[in-house]
Amino acid sequence: MGIENTVPIKMVDFIVNWARKNSLFPVTFGLACCALEMMVASSAEYDIARFGAEVFRPSPRQSDLMIVAGTLTKKMAPMVKRIYEQMPNPKWVIAFGACASSGGIFRSYSVVQGVDQIIPVDVYIPGCPPRPEALLKGLIELQKKIQKETIKDRPLITLGRTA
Amino acid sequence: MSDTNKLFEKLSGKFGDKILNTAFAFGEPVVSVDKKAIREILLFLKEDKDLSYDMLIDLFGIDYPGEKPRFEIVYILRSVKQNNRATIKTRTTEDGIDTVSNIWKAANWLERETYDMFGIRFKDHPDLRRIYTVDDFEGHPLRKDFPVEGYDYDKPFTVILEEEKA
Repeated sequence: MGIENTVPIKMVDFIVNWARKNSLFPVTFGLACCALEMMVASSAEYDIARFGAEVFRPSPRQSDLMIVAGTLTKKMAPMVKRIYEQMPNPKWVIAFGACASSGGIFRSYSVVQGVDQIIPVDVYIPGCPPRPEALLKGLIELQKKIQKETIKDRPLITLGRTA
Repeated sequence: MSDTNKLFEKLSGKFGDKILNTAFAFGEPVVSVDKKAIREILLFLKEDKDLSYDMLIDLFGIDYPGEKPRFEIVYILRSVKQNNRATIKTRTTEDGIDTVSNIWKAANWLERETYDMFGIRFKDHPDLRRIYTVDDFEGHPLRKDFPVEGYDYDKPFTVILEEEKA
């Protein structure tokens, strides 16, 4: 048992994770029809602001969360990966919809069979397309996941290029 | 109808046996021509003062497996002056057909699409690359012998960005 599991570290973990999970800024980014459901989730009816995730940032450099909403074609894959790489740590990814999770109905030469082949995914949301409530549920699950993390894995300050 | 008869007369008068067949489909003229003269004929259709087919609506290929030559290229032209359309068809192998991208600029990407989907090469095209599929794609998806799901669609797919290669 080193310093990592001591009580002060756990308290810092709790506070940092609480701050992180309640201020998830998604990047403004949609690939197909699922993006419409994602947009509706930020409307007054569903109000994603209740979970601190209403600020869709126009730049990946200001974002923590990438909601991959829609079919990822192989032609589009390099751009999606570049947006992910441009996001600063800590960063999370939601695969929103059947196509983003597994390729969906497109068992085809032109479609990537799940975005987890090119970027790491934290939460998968099924549906074709999923309803906005499903996105809110996915967001809550991601918040639960973030609350269990520790700053050992996601440091407070990232120096240089790390995984 | 008289305008389109003018089209048939002009073409057969100027090109003779290069015009293989003329017909009407849904009230619009369809002309089958010899591939060797395709560029001259299309240039004539654009430059001629009466016909003036100044707009290329579409250009695409059709695959007839087992027939020789295997592919057909279809040009759909529009004349703003006459307010009508004409369809020009020609048969070709995948080895090549003259480009028309120096007649209508619209043909540039349409010929790239036809090359991507059917593998038909266009001679003297300025930039004949794939346009829809990824650069290292193998095969031509709209050929009839191409499997519906494609080759290796379920193999792991990886992306290596330019900046990662360095």
